Amino acid sequence: MNQAQTSSFEIVAREDFSDVTYLLEVRHPMLAKAAKAGQFVIVMEHEQGERIPLTIADFDREKGTFTLVIQAVGKTTREMQQNCRVGTSLYAVVGPMGIPSVIAHKKKVVCVGGGLGVAPIFPQARAWKESGAYVIGVLGFRNRGLVFWEDKFRACCDELILCTDDGSAGVKGLVTEGIRLAIEKHPDIEELVAIGPPVMMKGCAEATRPHKIKTMVSLNPVMVDGTGMCGGCRVKIGETVKFACVDGPDFDGHLVDFDDLTARLSRYKPAEKEASARYEESCRIRGDEALAQASASLVDDRPSADA
Amino acid sequence: MATMAKKKTIRTIPQERTPVREQDPTVRARNFDEVSLGYRLEEALVEAERCLQCADEPCVRGCPVGIDIPGFIQKIAEKHYHGAYDILTDTNLLPSVCGRVCPQENQCEGVCTVGESLEPVAIGRLERFVGDMAIKEGWANIPYIEPNGYRVGIVGAGPAGMACAADMAKAGCEVVVYDALHEPGGVLKYGIPDFRLPNTVIDAEIEKLRRLGIRFECNTLVGRLFTIEQMITEMGFHAVFIGTGAGYPSFMGIPGESLNGVLSANELLTRANLMRARDFPKYDTPLQPGKRVTVIGAGNTAMDAMRVSLRLGAEKVTCVYRRSKTEAPARVEEVHHAEQEGIAFNWLTSPIELIGDASKAVRAMRCVRMELGEPDESGRRRPVTVPGSEFEIETDMVVFAIGTNANPILGQTSKLRLNKRGYIETDDSLATSIAGVYAGGDIVTGAATVIQAMGAGRKAARGMKAYLGLRDTDCVYQPDTDDPSGMRFGIPVEEHNFARIRLR
Repeated sequence: MNQAQTSSFEIVAREDFSDVTYLLEVRHPMLAKAAKAGQFVIVMEHEQGERIPLTIADFDREKGTFTLVIQAVGKTTREMQQNCRVGTSLYAVVGPMGIPSVIAHKKKVVCVGGGLGVAPIFPQARAWKESGAYVIGVLGFRNRGLVFWEDKFRACCDELILCTDDGSAGVKGLVTEGIRLAIEKHPDIEELVAIGPPVMMKGCAEATRPHKIKTMVSLNPVMVDGTGMCGGCRVKIGETVKFACVDGPDFDGHLVDFDDLTARLSRYKPAEKEASARYEESCRIRGDEALAQASASLVDDRPSADA
Repeated sequence: MATMAKKKTIRTIPQERTPVREQDPTVRARNFDEVSLGYRLEEALVEAERCLQCADEPCVRGCPVGIDIPGFIQKIAEKHYHGAYDILTDTNLLPSVCGRVCPQENQCEGVCTVGESLEPVAIGRLERFVGDMAIKEGWANIPYIEPNGYRVGIVGAGPAGMACAADMAKAGCEVVVYDALHEPGGVLKYGIPDFRLPNTVIDAEIEKLRRLGIRFECNTLVGRLFTIEQMITEMGFHAVFIGTGAGYPSFMGIPGESLNGVLSANELLTRANLMRARDFPKYDTPLQPGKRVTVIGAGNTAMDAMRVSLRLGAEKVTCVYRRSKTEAPARVEEVHHAEQEGIAFNWLTSPIELIGDASKAVRAMRCVRMELGEPDESGRRRPVTVPGSEFEIETDMVVFAIGTNANPILGQTSKLRLNKRGYIETDDSLATSIAGVYAGGDIVTGAATVIQAMGAGRKAARGMKAYLGLRDTDCVYQPDTDDPSGMRFGIPVEEHNFARIRLR
């Protein structure tokens, strides 16, 4: 009845980087206008879906769109991979959420992205560049085939260090190897920003700790509402407990208790596994049915040999 | 009243409070259907007879929004149910909600004259009866509204925002209500479970608001998508009301709180109610159900968390509260229902540590016994630890329901003045430090009740109307003088502020 302006979120572009990583560009002019580097959104694909937090990977104020890069790892993200096509809409999008990253006056910064953190580090790299800093990008991928957005990063980084697990592109090794090279070459790095899986961010924090380089990490724990109301996203920062959704998501990497974060991320693992298994099963059944239908129609179409 | 043949006395009214039918405790503890089935027509008529129609009307003063309680009960007794609904909706927009969730024993029923010698009149149940009948019959009192050209923005679609929105819409303003969640209703939706307040009731009440012309915009996090200041300076709102709720659950700071299986009541309830995790996997949101659930706290939220856990299949649900049953802040009816359903209560008990297993999941809670000492600043006797009384409770899920702190988002994103606990500071008319911006409910007072939030929403609406120069439609204007010296341009001075003159 009341067609609200904040209830239709059309997907205007999609790109598949690999069989698990995909990009969605969503129309939301107000959000695109308000978004700043380091913020996230919460998305529901359909009415019965769950609310999942995703860090904003890009936003275009002129076009009125923002971009998410998603890895299909659980039921919801796989279902989205299946269903989210250009022209379809998401049921709910709320954001931008969280405190924007502090882009202060720094001369030289390193922006590190690994795995699912590569895309979300992009707005930070761009913001740092716009603030006049010398930006060194360090990106980690498993192999050359999974590399994406190299051109986008080259456009806003003064230096870009690609790291691959197998050495098929750039430096062989983890992002920590890239960080080591960067620190070696530039003793005057003032800040390092890292986004990625907890184990990677922990590695980054350990890599900079001996050099006393300020290290910010972006945390993405389990959350429901994203407005501070549920407290599911509480994280240990030094001696204090913070809610990542409203007190973060950026925190001092040298103070974050990553072991606590990792343990808490596994809270709903059994239920998630169950959902994934069910989803796979339903896909298989639907696939089989489709196959059966296809072959049935094939059989029907074929002139009967008996006739 | 004048037509009544005989004056009722305490002797002539039905002596027993009319009981309300309820689902059997053993059955209902496993379903989410409503516990209390509400009065049937004949039961409501009997109960309505119990109101003495006393001249003193303490119940009206006991009601945070001042409902004309004897008036609506009289209409029920006269079998003029629509009339009863009219009287209720004069002051209370959501009778079927308040009839269910108000702590009547501390408000209207607590001061009822009948209650001095007998059980008080069941005002809440009668209110619910009328509200439910209105929903069933499709009654809605939609007045003719003359648009006044003012735009009002409401932040938060919970009880405070809903009440404020209704009053401003009735005054002729164009009202938009924003909410960060994907459905309107706030705590009524995410917090209060269906067996206490069915979602269908909330949706029916929200539909009535829509019929007043109020627009709901969900998925909107005010502060981050746009700021309060932008609402006034860029978005064309002439006044703004903030009713975002407290919304930042407290924990105790004892060891083991980050163990898996430890969560806030808000998280448990939001997952189960709003996100429908109870219907997992049909709905995608998971909830790791506990077998032995321990809930800390004894307020309404704690009762809800316990009874939801039971319905999700917990074998044993235990309440841990550091004071005694007398001090428990929950509605008496909720504690009673919880006891009926088999919740175990550990009164005078305080947790000191949560103990985990090798997989970092909680397995036990270490507690101490308490005893009540001298009264503290709240007037309640302060619980003090009994030395050497430590013991453990086996548990695989611990729920904190010990209250909330102020949500920081609006403080982070606006220049609103906050008090030192982080709540929004207001004056007596609920105006904040920003001109045209009003606030009420939990974000001003800290955690309170639904009806108090609605009362605050209405109070703020009065302030906003005065600010916008709108005549408060609740007040009957009677010029007390026709002395020409009190007139300016032929208009009484007091009316100048109420003249609807707009320059465009």
